[in-house]
Amino acid sequence: MNVIKYISGIFKGIISLWKGLMVTGYYFVHPGEIVTQQYPENRKELKMFDAFKGEVTMPHNENNEHKCTGCGICEMNCPNGSIEIISKSVISEDGKKKRAIDQHIYHLDMCTFCELCIKSCPSKALVWGQEFEHAVYDRSKLTKILNKPGSTLMKGVE
Amino acid sequence: MTEEILTTPLEQQEYTINMGPQHPSTHGVLRYVVSLKGEIVHKVEPHLGYIHRGIEKMCEKLTYPQIIHLTDRLDYLTAHINNHAVCLAVEGALQVEVPERVVYIRTIMDELNRIASHQLWWCAYGMDLGGLTCFFYGLRDREKILDIFEESCGSRLLHSYYTPGGLMKDINPNFQKRTKEFIKYFRKKLPEYDQLLTGNVIFQERTKGVGPLTKEEAISYGVTGPNGRASGFSCDVRKHHPYAAYDKVDFKEAFYTEGDTFHRYKARIDEMWESMKIIEQLVDNIPEGDYSAKMKAVIKLPEGEYFQRVEAAKGDFGIFIISDGNKTPYRVKFRSPNFCNLSCIDLLSKNFKIADLVAISGSLDLVIPDIDR
Repeated sequence: MNVIKYISGIFKGIISLWKGLMVTGYYFVHPGEIVTQQYPENRKELKMFDAFKGEVTMPHNENNEHKCTGCGICEMNCPNGSIEIISKSVISEDGKKKRAIDQHIYHLDMCTFCELCIKSCPSKALVWGQEFEHAVYDRSKLTKILNKPGSTLMKGVE
Repeated sequence: MTEEILTTPLEQQEYTINMGPQHPSTHGVLRYVVSLKGEIVHKVEPHLGYIHRGIEKMCEKLTYPQIIHLTDRLDYLTAHINNHAVCLAVEGALQVEVPERVVYIRTIMDELNRIASHQLWWCAYGMDLGGLTCFFYGLRDREKILDIFEESCGSRLLHSYYTPGGLMKDINPNFQKRTKEFIKYFRKKLPEYDQLLTGNVIFQERTKGVGPLTKEEAISYGVTGPNGRASGFSCDVRKHHPYAAYDKVDFKEAFYTEGDTFHRYKARIDEMWESMKIIEQLVDNIPEGDYSAKMKAVIKLPEGEYFQRVEAAKGDFGIFIISDGNKTPYRVKFRSPNFCNLSCIDLLSKNFKIADLVAISGSLDLVIPDIDR
């Protein structure tokens, strides 16, 4: 009996291995089902989803205007201090003193992509950028100033 | 001393070796100090704390919406489910009714996350036991789920998608179509997992009867999730204390009584089938409406103690909040399933071979950042 059991065990084992090989063999002869992306080569065609969280950006229009009023809600909501706002006071056209941003500093190296700054912004000044290749040799390059030099507040945004 | 070592036969000599903290089969920085007699494991002592970040302490300085992004980083394979626990705790304390749409989306996302977690476990477990092919096949299918997440939540692993009161943003219009496509696709691909690994004779020899855990031991050690259910411990929070939309759907608890490594494996494969069933029942019926309830800008919990448990992919995940009425919690405690699952490793691997320790610790599906927190 033991001999029969032993031999049948060998055959059962071989069949089970063969079943696994059938799966890998199927994909070997069906190269169309391969889903691998050739990443660095396909950079030009590669498009991320619209919702993709790459980095926080501040969009500017063609007149170099942004929507950030410098209220500081994003700075307050950020859990780990990735956002720093340096504000200045400017004198508007009707002669009143107004608060505006001098620099909106964003530390990408500390950001955890929790989206609280973008969600809490009352004037929708911040949006997600699609850039994701953030590797640099020097960490200081990851500290970014989001408002462009010389930019001003968009008209009609309070 | 030297003479004693030289004269005692090898089988009676007890010596200790380190497995980890950089061992591939511990899936992270976990260190086992293993006492061996020959090849037989005598005692296993897990040493923790290599990836301790003090998340519970950090939570005391953060507001409730800010805590969400830290819970992503506990058990990073089931970020949605961890977020869900915090959201349910805060919503329960404030007695906020979330819209029906949010409840449905959260349940579907949780189940997708559970499948993704089990898939990654399946890949890694196959690789632990010497089947490298599994790793590629599992990750291929997981990619489809990650794409669904990326399209709606914006990120693939650490989503931070739930917020107290609802969701960060609405789902993508393609979400339902993609989810249905995935279910159709994965129903065809899941039998391949069985062909590749479950039926494999080498795999069966290495797992059947290895590391048995009885029901009593599972209860006394607090082993939950698929590990507990494989031992006959009915511990599914979704069944016993339904939250979200789990009381509206029909599903079975993956249940075995043998409790060995092979049946822990089987329980997870069965859970993937059940999760697909849950998603199929919900995905067509997502009601229209808001994606978030109206919440105050600053969330303050009333003074008191709040506890919420959810069924994460690894077991029973709980969060305990003590609030003193401020916008930050006074104390937060996480009940992580992996910590309790790890505690039985000494019991399971006693008197088995050192190679079986790899099979046993892999079958527990440990995620180390969740253990150390």
